[in-house]
Amino acid sequence: MIFIAPILQLLILPLAADYEVKNINISIVDHDHSTYSQQLISKITASGYFQLADYGNSFQQALEQIEKDKSDIILEIPDRFEENLIRENANELFIAVNAINGVKASLGGVYLNQIIAAYNNEIRLKWIQPPKYNTVPSIEITSSYWFNQLLNYHYFIVPGILVALVAMVGSYLCALNIVKEKEVGTIEQINVTPIKKYHFILGKLIPFWIIGMFVFSVGLFVVARFIYGIVPAGSLWVLYAFLSIFLIAILGLGLLISTFAETQQQAMSVAFFFIMIFMLMSGLFTSLDGMPRWAYIIARSNPVTYFIEVVRMVILKGSGFSDIKNHFLIMIGFAGLLNGLAIWNYRKTS
Amino acid sequence: MKDVELNNIVKTYNKGEIKAVNDVSFSVDKGELFGLIGADGAGKSSIFRILTTLLLPDSGTASVNGADVIKDYKLIRKNVGYMPGKFSLYQDLSVAENLNFFATVFNTTVSENYDLIKEIYIQLEPFKNRRAGKLSGGMKQKLALCCALIHRPTVLFLDEPTTGVDVVSRKEFWEMLKGLKQQGITILVSTPYMDEATLCERIALIQNGRLMTIDTPDNIVKQFPDSLYAVRADNMSKLQHILRNNQQIKSCFSFGDYHHITFQDDIAYSQNELIQTLQSANLKDIEIKHITPSIEDCFINLMN
Repeated sequence: MIFIAPILQLLILPLAADYEVKNINISIVDHDHSTYSQQLISKITASGYFQLADYGNSFQQALEQIEKDKSDIILEIPDRFEENLIRENANELFIAVNAINGVKASLGGVYLNQIIAAYNNEIRLKWIQPPKYNTVPSIEITSSYWFNQLLNYHYFIVPGILVALVAMVGSYLCALNIVKEKEVGTIEQINVTPIKKYHFILGKLIPFWIIGMFVFSVGLFVVARFIYGIVPAGSLWVLYAFLSIFLIAILGLGLLISTFAETQQQAMSVAFFFIMIFMLMSGLFTSLDGMPRWAYIIARSNPVTYFIEVVRMVILKGSGFSDIKNHFLIMIGFAGLLNGLAIWNYRKTS
Repeated sequence: MKDVELNNIVKTYNKGEIKAVNDVSFSVDKGELFGLIGADGAGKSSIFRILTTLLLPDSGTASVNGADVIKDYKLIRKNVGYMPGKFSLYQDLSVAENLNFFATVFNTTVSENYDLIKEIYIQLEPFKNRRAGKLSGGMKQKLALCCALIHRPTVLFLDEPTTGVDVVSRKEFWEMLKGLKQQGITILVSTPYMDEATLCERIALIQNGRLMTIDTPDNIVKQFPDSLYAVRADNMSKLQHILRNNQQIKSCFSFGDYHHITFQDDIAYSQNELIQTLQSANLKDIEIKHITPSIEDCFINLMN
């Protein structure tokens, strides 16, 4: 269960957590019914992003479709679209987007604009004979994406989810395991033996450290490589060195939780609280720089943030030790702080 | 030589609100079977936890094997066996695994001290590969005792070992304790069952964190101040009502089929007087007899 659950999650989550929006339902209100409007509509439906939900000539009707949630976006083509375009060389289209799902709305709007712009260019090319030489000098910008040339979303999200899963295994399991000993009472029995505190703590941490290493390795070498085709660009040594420190830090958190909690239920809810913050405020899904100042500070005090950065840097960019030196120092700090607090609190309560 | 000593031990919970152990002092001789008898919440477990170094006393000193419970806790942990009131072995491990685990923890092996647990372990042998959590109550206690003995402790602390165990297993368990005593192990046992008190060499009666008396069970019975009578009639609740309202009766408690009473002035004719009173109250089948008090009678007497 410890091994299968995270691997399954790694298989499923990246496929679902994808920002690319497909299957946007579009309602087209066509007042023109001309060749041009037909061409535009076929361009839109042929793009693959849109599905024609409704085709009519009343905006009211299209709006009803949106209200019924059958359609996400409305494109209104005005009367005499073709005529005006030819005669006046200009025309206007109306786009209305249902913004309940923000991502879908903004991306849908952008896609639609791009399609219309492309169509517009086509028409212009047909009508205007391009001059032989550019009369006005212009700069053409072509961009190339580095480290993830095709902007493959999986490259970005798989290493991140892998980190989040390792963090979960570490903190949850470690905390629950120690609290279970408290709950069942075995810790009492163990305390009346020559076993020293640090023996007990090490005995708890080492197995979970190994499990964390194992889960990460399976995720990296089996799932990421064979399912998503991600091959680490950087040094595995650096990656594993960082992972081992990260695991110590995150196990320290589990240990700290276990010193506070008396029952597994308490440990569960506290661990869940932290995991939610770790997942959502770590730059896993959203960019850190886009966060408000206070959220940025929280995200920067989150060990998972640093590991996600390191994993992405090493796997995608091939960063070496010198590039992530600061990350190393910070993570060692986290490991020391969390474990120190845990041991201090453990002493205090016994 | 004293194996266990407590001097004026005080332990409070909730910042002094609840006095669990209130100025308790007693000592246990080497090789003695000592019983701590008291109701639930009397402070027995707190005393045990202090002696096994799991709990720090608020004030007072205590020592086990001559080692101080605060300063030399490491030494104590090496040399005592503790069996908590709640079953505290690893339920997911089998019987044999548990035993091996605790032997290893104490840096010894099962075979090294097998002679000590042999008598008990033989009964567990058929279930050797069963998980500890799946054992019956009596079996669990036997396994816990084995695990507490595996490192040949000098002092054995058994916190309510027979609570929730059937009558037959309880009897067997006390037989085992007698056997262990033969081996020279000092045994401290706590129990809420008064009938088990007589099986100990010396007992301490404890109530609300205070020791009421410490002596051999026989002496405690001898110290019972009055003559005790058992009374019964056809209508027991009516009988109790009458007895409790009678000026002549000093105390009256129901014990199974009888009410145990003591008289204010125990003179020759008070018995006859009582019978007459009861007859005039329309009670039938009246029976009254003189009895020797049990530990429970002494306990109730001391409680008041």
